[in-house]
Order: sequence, then C-alpha cells, then structure tokens
Amino acid sequence: MSPAPGSPPARKLRVPTTSLAGCFGCHMSFLDIDEHLFELVELIEFDRSPLTDIKEVGPCDIGLIEGGVCNAENVHVLRAFRRQCKTLIALGACAVNGGLPAQRNHLSLSECLREVYQFRPGIENGQIPNDPELPLPLDKVRPIHEVVRIDYFLPGCPPSGPAIWKFLTDLIAGRTPRLSDGLLHYD
Amino acid sequence: MKQFLLDGQPVPFEDGQSILEAARQAGHYIPSLCWHKDFPAHGSCKLCIVKAAGRHVSACATPAKEGWEVESATPEMNGERRALLQMLFVEGNHFCPSCEKSGNCELQALGYEYEMLTSRFRHFYPDRPVDASHPDVLLDFNRCIFCELCVRASRDVDGKAVFALTGRGINKHLVVNAESGRLGDTDFSKDDLAARICPVGVILRKGPGFAVPIGERTYDGQSIREQKLKEEES
Ligand code: SF4
Ligand code: SF4
Ligand code: FES
Repeated sequence: MSPAPGSPPARKLRVPTTSLAGCFGCHMSFLDIDEHLFELVELIEFDRSPLTDIKEVGPCDIGLIEGGVCNAENVHVLRAFRRQCKTLIALGACAVNGGLPAQRNHLSLSECLREVYQFRPGIENGQIPNDPELPLPLDKVRPIHEVVRIDYFLPGCPPSGPAIWKFLTDLIAGRTPRLSDGLLHYD
Repeated sequence: MKQFLLDGQPVPFEDGQSILEAARQAGHYIPSLCWHKDFPAHGSCKLCIVKAAGRHVSACATPAKEGWEVESATPEMNGERRALLQMLFVEGNHFCPSCEKSGNCELQALGYEYEMLTSRFRHFYPDRPVDASHPDVLLDFNRCIFCELCVRASRDVDGKAVFALTGRGINKHLVVNAESGRLGDTDFSKDDLAARICPVGVILRKGPGFAVPIGERTYDGQSIREQKLKEEES
C-alpha cells in the first residue's frame, strides 16, 4: 500500500472519516490544515465522510475515526470501518480514551437518562426517548481500541492542524507517523 | 571520586547517593514521578526504573555503587516506562482537556516524553467522587497516582497528617484524615506545602482556574526532561 518515500502514490488513497461519540472538533481541526488541503486532494480521495455524504464505507486505505463508542450504531460503524480499511486511525482524545462523553462512565446509564429527560429543571412529565429508530446507548462510553484493533493513535482535543498534517504525510509517504516537536498533546 | 556508568557515560557519586540523584546532578535525566528531592525516596511509581548490574531497580531508591553499569535510556527501559504510564492512565480518570493541571502535569509531561499515544489497556473508569468541602482547595481524586507526596508533605513538613493512603492493590485510595473524611473538616490550609506538591491534578486551588494560557504552561515549551535538569541546576 505504501509508496516509497518521496515518490507520488500510483493511485489516490481512499480515506473515509466519521465522527462517532465526538463533537466534530477533530474534523474541524482536519480542515485547519488550510492550504495543505490542496496538496492532500492530489494524494487522497474521500470515501464515506461527513465531507462527501457517501452513506456506507467501501474498501479503503486509511480510515479516520473521531470520537469514542457510546451507542450500538457507533459499534456498527466502527466495525464496518475496520472491515474496510487497511489502516485505521483513532483521531483525537475521545477516540483514544473516551474523552468528554466517557465522563458519564461513573454514573449508571439510567441515572444519566433520568437526570436529563425527567429531572432537569423546567421539564414536566418528561419521558426517556424510546423511539425504535434511536440507537441504544451503551452502559459505558469506550475508546475505540477497546472494540476493534487500531493501527495508529493521534491524541489531542482536538489534535492541531499541523499535527494532523504531519501524521498524514508521514503515513502517506510510508513512514511510521511520529508526533515530535511539541505536536503531541492530550488537550 | 567514585563513579558508575550510565548508558556508557561515567557518573560521579558520593557514598549514599542514589543512582537518580547522582545522574541528575551530573546532568543526565532519569525520569521520576513519586520522587522529590526534599523527601526520602518512596519507590512506588517505578518510572525511574533502570537496569543496574543486570537487575531492574528503582533508581531513586537504589544507592549508586562503584563500577556499576546502569542502563536507562534504552528502548527496553523506555518501553517499560511507557507501559507503567499507560497503567497509571487507565487506573484513574485522566481527561486532560478538562483538567486544570493540564500543561503543568508531570504525568502528562512524561506521557509526552515517552511518546505515549494511547493508554492501550482497558480503562477502569473508577468512581471517585470529588471533595469540594474546603473553602480554598478542591480534591479531585480521579487523578490520584498514589505517590504519597501530599501525605509526606502534610505529615513531615506541615505537621498535620491530613492525608493517608488506605486499601491495597487495586483498592488503594487516598483518604482525608477526618471523621467525616472531608477536607473541609481538617485544619488543612491553602498555604500548606501539601497544597502545592501534587504532581498531577488532584489538589487544586479554588478560584483562579486555568489562569495560565495554553502555550505558556510549564510543559508547553519545554519537555519534562529539560525542566527537571533546569531545576537541578538552580
Ligand atoms: S492529572 Fe495530568 S494526566 Fe491526569 S487529567 Fe490532569 S493533566 Fe491529564
Ligand atoms: S493527591 Fe497528588 S500528591 Fe497526593 S498521593 Fe495523589 S497524586 Fe500524590
Ligand atoms: S521516582 Fe523512583 S519509584 Fe517513583
């Protein structure tokens, strides 16, 4: 898959992206690579992604996952990405360790739901949503490496544009990605 | 002067000096987390692990010996340090983006130093309620790494013994020595050494939160290696 360093890839790499239990901040930071986006589109094309509107992930090279796993649909999407991607990357703090959504993990799920939908000030006769269309929440929010095998981790909340750019260019050039010179941050 | 070899380089030492102290004095960095120059070695975090004469030892708690060959900055030792860090991260609740200590935290800075990109293991997500009972200081136990620096500072310097560790193994946790178990019911003061010594984000001053902007915090512009060697010089 990896071309020799320096030589352009023979074909564009297919890259799907998704946000599971995330806030899209990592996707926003991805767009923060600014003019590098022009270089990037010479090297990659997007598959399923909020940027393309493709609904199902196809066979791909490098998958980027933002966010941890908080409901059954997240698990489904994550497994589909793992099946289809040669290389799968945990992008950002939530994918890496659950992040902010995982801060509910010390509470029981029913406590959380009742607090939000029944006991919140201003709510009368509130009910916990039970539409069958809604994905079932998991009892705990999990980082994605606890569900499928992950090849590389890129921490940060969000990882900075320069960190994402360094990481992707290393990977596309066939190098092991390395976050040096202050690019590694957990916040 | 007596000396030992650290990663092949001669390090002079005085009798009774630990491997870690002698190394730092000579300008070589061996990492530490539970060690503090003003207290006897504690030997609990094992971040200072080195191979001395073929055996794994804590550099902070092992007196240097003439002629020893000590391995520290090797891929093997650094890999073990990374694994120890990963265990510390999954054992507590470390959500750096919402932690006031972020940027000034030794655990986090060591994660950067040893290029820890993932906590790798399964997270425990323990339930550790915070204690906000004290007017000036908040205790967020979620981030405690059980280094006992606050225990030692409060007992040996402040003369109060406000903190203690209790339980064993996976059930070990930090407690406050008061009938109620609450910090507000002790004579703890924000001016105590114990209020300033926590290397992570447990013992936090109430009021001025997130005062230093990102980019200007202790470990934003320099690594913990650089910072610790600088401290040694001053
Ligand atoms: S104590 Fe340190 S490692 Fe833990 S959450 Fe705070 S900054 Fe992160
Ligand atoms: S509160 Fe801080 S200083 Fe005290 S044992 Fe925990 S980590 Fe160490
Ligand atoms: S610094 Fe030596 S065991 Fe913690």
